[in-house]
Amino acid sequence: MSKKRILWVGSFYLIAIVISLIWLFPLFIAGTTAFKSMSEVVQDVYWWNLPDNFTFKYFLEAWNQGGMSRYFLNSFIITVPSVIGALFFSALGGFALAKYRFKYNKLILGIFIAGNMIPFQMMMFPVFRISNLIGLYDTYLAVILFHISFQMGFCIFFLRNFIRTIPTDLLDAARVDGSSEFRIFLQIVLPLTKPALAALGILEFTWIWNDYLWGLVLLASDNLRPVTVGLVSLQGEYLSKWNIISAGSLIAAAVPLIVFLLFQRYFIQGLMMGASK
Amino acid sequence: MNKRKFAPFKFLLIPVILYAIWVIAPIFYTIFLSFTQWDGLTAPTFIGLGNYVDLLNDPTFYTALFNNIKWLFIYVLVPLPLGLVFALFFNRKLPGVKIFKTAIYLPLTLSFVVLSQIWTWIYQPKYGAINVTLKALGLGELTVAWLSNSDIVTYSLIVVGCWPQTAYTMVLFLAGLQNVPTEVMEAAKVDGANKWQRFWKVILPLLKPATIIAVAVTIIQSLRMFAIVNVMTRGGPFRSSEVLANYMYVEGFKNYSMGYASTLAVVLFLIILLFVFIYLYQIFKTEVEY
Repeated sequence: MSKKRILWVGSFYLIAIVISLIWLFPLFIAGTTAFKSMSEVVQDVYWWNLPDNFTFKYFLEAWNQGGMSRYFLNSFIITVPSVIGALFFSALGGFALAKYRFKYNKLILGIFIAGNMIPFQMMMFPVFRISNLIGLYDTYLAVILFHISFQMGFCIFFLRNFIRTIPTDLLDAARVDGSSEFRIFLQIVLPLTKPALAALGILEFTWIWNDYLWGLVLLASDNLRPVTVGLVSLQGEYLSKWNIISAGSLIAAAVPLIVFLLFQRYFIQGLMMGASK
Repeated sequence: MNKRKFAPFKFLLIPVILYAIWVIAPIFYTIFLSFTQWDGLTAPTFIGLGNYVDLLNDPTFYTALFNNIKWLFIYVLVPLPLGLVFALFFNRKLPGVKIFKTAIYLPLTLSFVVLSQIWTWIYQPKYGAINVTLKALGLGELTVAWLSNSDIVTYSLIVVGCWPQTAYTMVLFLAGLQNVPTEVMEAAKVDGANKWQRFWKVILPLLKPATIIAVAVTIIQSLRMFAIVNVMTRGGPFRSSEVLANYMYVEGFKNYSMGYASTLAVVLFLIILLFVFIYLYQIFKTEVEY
């Protein structure tokens, strides 16, 4: 390597480190505050000082007395079926739109994509009312059904583009062998769509887990609330106890954060495929 | 053969029904509601354009609209170019670059509620990190009550949103950069184009589709922002940080005037619709090129 090159690479790393540190400083603050007692937070205001002793006391308080354990469980109960439902129905719909020619194909696709870009607020009161009318208001199912339906907009678009790349010859070969169209979907299309489903699943999991509005609008009981809505209740309960609130925030962030760190490639691929095609 | 003809309709049946009931019909129902007076419990009464007339005389509506415009401009002026700069900067094959990218992406994975809680603490006037840092640097006169000063509260909130939004636009631009073939860059280098020329004449034109999508998505995000405002200030102090999405939530679920709230939703929707069309146009255009 030439001298110039070494200098250049060195300054790249220097700038990259500085940017990353500034970028993550809010998380650093939440991380350290969650381990400090309130008297420590108030007396030693310098946030760059590490906690006197690392104790998980405040995490436990947020988890137990603060009710984060309940909210945490609720988020799983809402998110997992929502993701599975959205993926399955979208794969079905995406397959139909990718591999069959019929009259309103492009129109239906366009409606799914456009619906996905409509602000949530346009659906808020009617969905609230429908849920009330059919007796689903204040149940997990109300939120799950909405998530499945709404997320299909993005998922169908995404999966349709992916399924289009599967060679039609493969499907025709199975047809010659006498497979039904649904069997073709289950046995050929679905296995080949796995990479797209993985990317999309990770993305959808994060989005649905992080949703705030629908938990707020469709659920009234505190014991049904997902972790996002729960975190706001926690803040109301522990006003100005920043250590508990920081601990609660980290608990709420933990699952998507871990999922992201484990499956970063899928997550980013999903975002890229969804946006650029 | 017949079976095959009906197959797509069978497959689309459940998705289309679900989408029609929970997404499409509500959009039209909200438009209908915007012409009614409705408390959310009894039957809606039709009042024609009454809500729209009220809207024009509602100072909070103008505050919210104006704040949405602030969100929009800052979102386009800060996270969008910053995302491009980050994408260009980190788009290289050096060991460890992945770790830096991971760091930049991280806020993307956090819920707006989590972001809001962390930043509310950072903005805290007495013990929060920003004011503490300013005082430690001897800049005590710059300390402000970031979330209770009505002149700056909206900007404080926008900063929170810019954090994940920059990461998002960076992803979009990195996706676009993958479409810039190395041969093209090499050819430009051989032809003696310098860095700036390569950026303006080669990279930027090739990034045009990615840029249009990034602009549209950024604008749509800025206009439908709800959670940060709802969690951090609830539109306060004195409605000064209100945005349309939160204002309509408050009108509907706190003041039980869902008719008027629907009118606000329709206005927000019409503004966003314009950008949705730009986005769709771009998607279908690239579709044709394939």
